[in-house]
Amino acid sequence: MTDKPAPYTIVIGLETHVQLQTATKLFCGCSTKFGAPPNTQTCPVCTGHPGTLPVMNRRAFELSLQTAAALNCNIATYTKWDRKQYYYPDLPKGYQISQYDLPFSYEGWLEIGDPKGKFEPKRVRIIRAHLEEDAGKSMHDEHAGKADSKIDLNRTGTPLLEIVTHPDLRSPAETKAYLTELKLLLTHLGVSDCNMQEGSLRVDANVNLHIETPTGKVATPIVEIKNMNSFRAVEKAVAYEAERQYSVWQETGKKLGDPGVFKQTRGWDDTANVTRGQREKEESSDYRYFPDPDLVPVTVTAEQIGAVRQSLGELPAQIRTRLEVSYGLTPYDSDVIVNQGRTFITYFTTAADIAGDGKTASNWLQQDVLRVMGERNLTIESYPVPAAALGDLLKRVRAGEVDTSRGREVLQRMFDTNETAAEAMQALGIEQVDESALMALCEELVAANPKVVVDVKAGKMQAAGAFVGQAKKKNPNANPARVRELCLEIIAKLP
Amino acid sequence: MALYQKTATELLGLLNAGQVTSEELTRAYAERIAQVDPKVGAYLRVDVNGALEQARTIDARRKRGEPLGKLAGVPVAVKDLLCAQGELTTCASRMLETYRAPYDSTVVAKLRAADAVLLGRTNMDEFAMGGSTENSAFQKTRNPWDLERTPGGSSGGAAACVAADEACLSIGTDTGGSIRQPAALCGITGMKPTYGRVSRYGLVAFASSLDQAGPMARTAEDAALLLEVISGHDPHDATSVNVPVPSYSQNVREPLQGLTVGLVREHFAAGLDGEVESAVREAVKVYESLGAKVKEVSFPHAEYGVAVYYIIAPCEASSNLARYDGVHYGRRTDEAKLIAELDAERKQLLAAGKKREAESLDTSLVRLYRKSRAEGFGSEVKRRIMLGTYALSSGYYDAYYLKALKVRRLIRQDYDKAFEQVDLIAGPCTTSPAFKIGEKVDDPLAMYLVDLYTVSANLAGVGGISIPCGFSKQGLPIGLQLQGPPLAEDKLLRAAHMYQTATDWHTRRPKLA
Amino acid sequence: MSLSRAEVEKVSLLGRLQLTPAELDLMTTQLSAVVGYIEQLKELSTDDVEPMAHAVPTSNVFRDDVVTPSADRALILSNAPHADGEFYLVPAVLGE
Repeated sequence: MTDKPAPYTIVIGLETHVQLQTATKLFCGCSTKFGAPPNTQTCPVCTGHPGTLPVMNRRAFELSLQTAAALNCNIATYTKWDRKQYYYPDLPKGYQISQYDLPFSYEGWLEIGDPKGKFEPKRVRIIRAHLEEDAGKSMHDEHAGKADSKIDLNRTGTPLLEIVTHPDLRSPAETKAYLTELKLLLTHLGVSDCNMQEGSLRVDANVNLHIETPTGKVATPIVEIKNMNSFRAVEKAVAYEAERQYSVWQETGKKLGDPGVFKQTRGWDDTANVTRGQREKEESSDYRYFPDPDLVPVTVTAEQIGAVRQSLGELPAQIRTRLEVSYGLTPYDSDVIVNQGRTFITYFTTAADIAGDGKTASNWLQQDVLRVMGERNLTIESYPVPAAALGDLLKRVRAGEVDTSRGREVLQRMFDTNETAAEAMQALGIEQVDESALMALCEELVAANPKVVVDVKAGKMQAAGAFVGQAKKKNPNANPARVRELCLEIIAKLP
Repeated sequence: MALYQKTATELLGLLNAGQVTSEELTRAYAERIAQVDPKVGAYLRVDVNGALEQARTIDARRKRGEPLGKLAGVPVAVKDLLCAQGELTTCASRMLETYRAPYDSTVVAKLRAADAVLLGRTNMDEFAMGGSTENSAFQKTRNPWDLERTPGGSSGGAAACVAADEACLSIGTDTGGSIRQPAALCGITGMKPTYGRVSRYGLVAFASSLDQAGPMARTAEDAALLLEVISGHDPHDATSVNVPVPSYSQNVREPLQGLTVGLVREHFAAGLDGEVESAVREAVKVYESLGAKVKEVSFPHAEYGVAVYYIIAPCEASSNLARYDGVHYGRRTDEAKLIAELDAERKQLLAAGKKREAESLDTSLVRLYRKSRAEGFGSEVKRRIMLGTYALSSGYYDAYYLKALKVRRLIRQDYDKAFEQVDLIAGPCTTSPAFKIGEKVDDPLAMYLVDLYTVSANLAGVGGISIPCGFSKQGLPIGLQLQGPPLAEDKLLRAAHMYQTATDWHTRRPKLA
Repeated sequence: MSLSRAEVEKVSLLGRLQLTPAELDLMTTQLSAVVGYIEQLKELSTDDVEPMAHAVPTSNVFRDDVVTPSADRALILSNAPHADGEFYLVPAVLGE
């Protein structure tokens, strides 16, 4: 890619479907647990047997309200359920229970920014968030058209939140940032695990281009991209689609609103890295929505809405600000820590409070704790060194009781043995060296290394490193920084 | 009097006194069914062995002095629209010819809990769509009073089996009059309760906002007993009413004091058969003789009821019946034939140079749906699916469905205003007595107008009961419809019982030689 | 108001019904008659009327989020016209 600015603006809106973390489905008591054998988590209700009726899951509605509040949405005091009608084998009732004209929440926003400053922070406006039931899964044969398709209805009826943004996103990076921030918010609230591999977060993107031409601005036809299975795929698909639409426009000149130009659906092919047109029938969009007579409306009072907003507590964006203000972290560092989730944040603040320094704690958590967690495939919950113990170690590092590199050995030992910092230091024979003994050691080293002294005197300060190495050999507990300092002081006093 | 001619209330007395066993009773009904049902055709299936087994179990429990349910040992017939676990529930449709429900409807579960004996399944219009039971995919049911005539519908089998003494209690369902109209045409007592009084869970949906199951019996006393058993709040039905169930069977014998009966001016307009009108006016006089006041009320929107109904019901039906697609249960067309048919169509189009048409042919899946549904549904069901699909399709929602919901509100307001002045409304249940089999089959609109007096109660959600109030010169029964405010079942049943203590129309029997 | 045969044909696809040419003709006539009848509602002014979707005005009916046992797979698949013991089977779905 060249650095030349693109001759167009990409305009992106997202529709995100998020599975809510309820124990049961939206309208029946079947479990929503992922990974069960096919068709073992179904019942007459979610398989649409004649005569069955849906009854709304209270928890799903509560989780939805929390999400809407966290997305700064207006919450409707009256909401109802509609049937969206279409035929597909994984939709056993022939309709999906959803919300059409009166969604439970609307007009919110989510603020996104880039810790590295690649784009200006902005509020992405949310058009609406509504609740609906998921469909089942259809598995098609590789050699399409040959074998039967297989239908698994375990997922049918799982509560889904659909969150629709305005077309406010302007680049693949902003798109990814929105998704990252949304995922962070939803996992922080515990409303969804947002696991894209398991399908608990699914994204469709509406993309088109605004192109400046000598005769004014033109917009290309809108394309909806589906089948993106990771945030990376979304980024790539949006970028690909922008270039594709630009070249199509150069070829055909077709614009949004031209006669015969409709919204098109394209699927992302993650191996070929292209979007491909999907076949659609003209009638398939006539969903014949109408209010579901089997479900009654839901009303929410202003007090209830207030209580939900109160109960949210501190949200990720606020936590980031707190870490920057109270712990002196950079936006980048606070972003890394907050992205690790609630438990990690608490781990950090506990360690930082005891250590008395946020920056040190942040460095150790990122360079040591996160690295080991990655290598050993641990979560912060299963990481064996308690936050307070790490904080204690860092306090000692800051006080000079142990230097950074030996501190790492101590942490390793704490990790292996569950010892406290003091115990591990003792076991490793780490003790503070008496200042006079250290002075004697340094005088000895200066006397024994006249060539180094000459170099230092000539201004080659890095030559003093040799003293550190030799001091360590003579006494492993010698603090390297102090050794260096003392040696330089002695040399400075020499004639 | 033969056992099968007695009322359920009488039979329970005999059972509790040890003068008859449930097994004897069940045998009596089985014999009666064997004798007359070949003529009447009320039952789709009779489970004699199963019923006898239930009866023997209950007899044994009664002998041991165990506590028993309110209908212990009394046989009950159930419309083939209510699911019973492991049993066929066909809705009188080819679509569900082999469908075995994997669960019990709440009504059936409540009947089981009351220790009723489930005798068999009654015939009906397919998916409850119709007013003559002629739309059953399996058989005709004949009116026991005149075998050339229909029993009404859609609960035609449920009404005919009671009229022909093939059951003393039966469960019907009513979406636009499907309990009350056949009850009137067969000369029995049938009640549609207030919407939400009886759980709809397991009642195969026709029009969800209108459907309601209810009791059919010979007397108001028996109807009260059956309603008491099947009513009540159900956590499986979000639209069921969470209000305690009164003791209908206890209260039914208490006459109503200071009753004001309303007559709806618009009910006595053109289109009402003269014999029906005079029978109804006579019935009103009976109430006056029992001390009731009569007051005329107006239902300015009554004439729009059928139009509203024939928007709302088909719209909901088109959606409720979308699940019958040949994938998860129910009839599926022959796949090999389907594929061959599509291939042939494609070749023919291509040979004719119609490439575009060939490309826009149904996919095999779409054709699977279309053929399975075409084969599984009868013509009335198809007509209503088409009507509802059309009315809900893009661009028509406001003009039809939304408009109908608004007029529905106006109809409800007519009721609310009337009930500020009167306790109950009395009037004809049908425009005329039973019509001949085949008379209206080619004219759907004429058939729809049969529901003129009954649809409003469903639209408003209020309760209504039909009781026998006389006979035409040809000897056909005529029904009086009483309607009450929401949850006034108690009042309706008491008013019906008052009438039945003063008259004997409900005791008349057809001569089924 | 009357419906055209083409409209009726389109509705038959939406409603997933396969109608023969004769059925399409009859359906066009019959639906036109019924639609003509229900058009009488247009006479009424309903601008200020609140639509009535439910017969009983209730709201907020919920179920607790507690797992209840699912149905046995063999039982739930026993009504399926075509299944392999694990899945429902349908003719290969192309395209989508």
